[in-house]
Amino acid sequence: MQVSNMDKVFEELKVKHAKPSIKEILDSGKFLVTGEIGPPKGPDITEMIEHIDLLKDKVHAMNITDNQSSVMRYPSLATAILIKERGGEPNLQITCRDRNRLAIEADLLFAYTRGIRSVLCLTGDSIPVGDHKDAKPVFDLESVQLLNLIRSLEDGKDLGGNELNEPVKFFKGAIVTPEANPLEPQLIKFEKKVEAGAEWFQTQAIYDMDHFAKFMKIARQYPVKIQAGLVLLVSAGMAKYMNKNVPGVFVPDKLIDELASAEKGKSIDVGIKIMARQIKQIREEGLADGVHIMAIGKEDVVPRILEEAEIDINEL
Amino acid sequence: MIVTKQKAFEAILKELDGMEKVFLVGCGDCATLCETGGEEQVKEMAERLTSEGKTVTGSVVLEVGCHELDAKKEFRAHKEEIDSADALLVMSCGAGCQSARAGVEKPVFPANDTLFLGNVLRYGQFEEKCRLCGDCLLDITGAICPVTRCHKGILNGPCGGTNEGKCEVDPEKDCAWTLIYQQLEREGKLEKMKAYQPPKNWNTVLKPGRHVIERKRGGDAGE
Repeated sequence: MQVSNMDKVFEELKVKHAKPSIKEILDSGKFLVTGEIGPPKGPDITEMIEHIDLLKDKVHAMNITDNQSSVMRYPSLATAILIKERGGEPNLQITCRDRNRLAIEADLLFAYTRGIRSVLCLTGDSIPVGDHKDAKPVFDLESVQLLNLIRSLEDGKDLGGNELNEPVKFFKGAIVTPEANPLEPQLIKFEKKVEAGAEWFQTQAIYDMDHFAKFMKIARQYPVKIQAGLVLLVSAGMAKYMNKNVPGVFVPDKLIDELASAEKGKSIDVGIKIMARQIKQIREEGLADGVHIMAIGKEDVVPRILEEAEIDINEL
Repeated sequence: MIVTKQKAFEAILKELDGMEKVFLVGCGDCATLCETGGEEQVKEMAERLTSEGKTVTGSVVLEVGCHELDAKKEFRAHKEEIDSADALLVMSCGAGCQSARAGVEKPVFPANDTLFLGNVLRYGQFEEKCRLCGDCLLDITGAICPVTRCHKGILNGPCGGTNEGKCEVDPEKDCAWTLIYQQLEREGKLEKMKAYQPPKNWNTVLKPGRHVIERKRGGDAGE
């Protein structure tokens, strides 16, 4: 039997795991807390590096968005490696919008050799919502097929049916939208993602805890871990905008009123308070296996949110 | 049918820059129904070009613009008018334009943009329902094509951008996967939607497509 060369590869590339992987955290039964890094428009990554350094010891792992909202940015894969190099744990987001199956497979081989252990599989936003409206959308695959593709690479074969010289191994994530309307087609897709090998899920932003609890009753029937997705609300206007424009997001009136009642310029403080309260509730009531915090440009307040939520990942 | 839209007249004039004498070619089929290449539009184009100082040497509305043999035959019948022209302006789809290309040596220019293969909802209203992918999967989707009618063309259910049965890129458009769900539910066949669809073979027809109907040897209807 051939001896694996991967240890030698990781040694040559100086791959180090400073932090436990997402799988290790979830397997240990700990409440998983992840944040998100949105790469910038352009090569000046100094602010992004500040955010990475700020969050790397405060959250278990950081998602890196992949040309988020179809807006061209610094690459997610490069950022994932940067996070690794700086002692954090990355959760690489891969979308199917900009790359065909060959490009995605090659990226996954590269990611694996550089110590990326968790991948979040997404279809990706559509091209017209972004800033390159004339671009050719790829969508050679979508999220379910991407999950299956990774499983194939893990079995040592690419999508062309050819043998890899070594298999890869990833912890495979996916997303689900508990507020989707109608919900039934979304649940079928959720089930297909589980069958395609998704091991854990992050949800689209949720705000209505009763509704989320109902969704979790259905989701708990599947052998997967689920993190509640939380987007920081910075104002009542933002909440209203999301209700109107972001599919699958519903901010209840009660929260909008709470934001609106804030003193001028202080609504973000209310948003922080709301999120901290929800994190606490999710954790205390065991509603989900963790939370995924999306601060969208306000990464600097994430430590404050966690403090108010009484979460210190080193003491979980 | 092939849905076309006439280019802006200024753009057509720009194409024809330096071409003083023009022969017009229309199409009696799709382009006529799209009002981009019928008798009426060809006549109107001749008038507009004439008013811009060009000479229209003649015109023909082909029965079907994309039929190359017919086009050649008609071009032979209009040989003098074509010979005296500097260029042909084709008021058909891209296929029609290229069947003119195959039929003459003169410069050929398109008057239309070709949009999609469309169903006729009612007169003057067209909707794309088939993308000619070469590997029909309507049998598993309740005869609603996600490759065409889902903006992303995805095969395993709706994306996160769907909302109340509509598509995020255009709230006027239905989410194909919501329609598929509703249809399969009516049929009691939701298991079809639950079955995994593997990545699609995008090369069932090697581009550019070519197809020849296989004829039985000897022309015998029996064996």
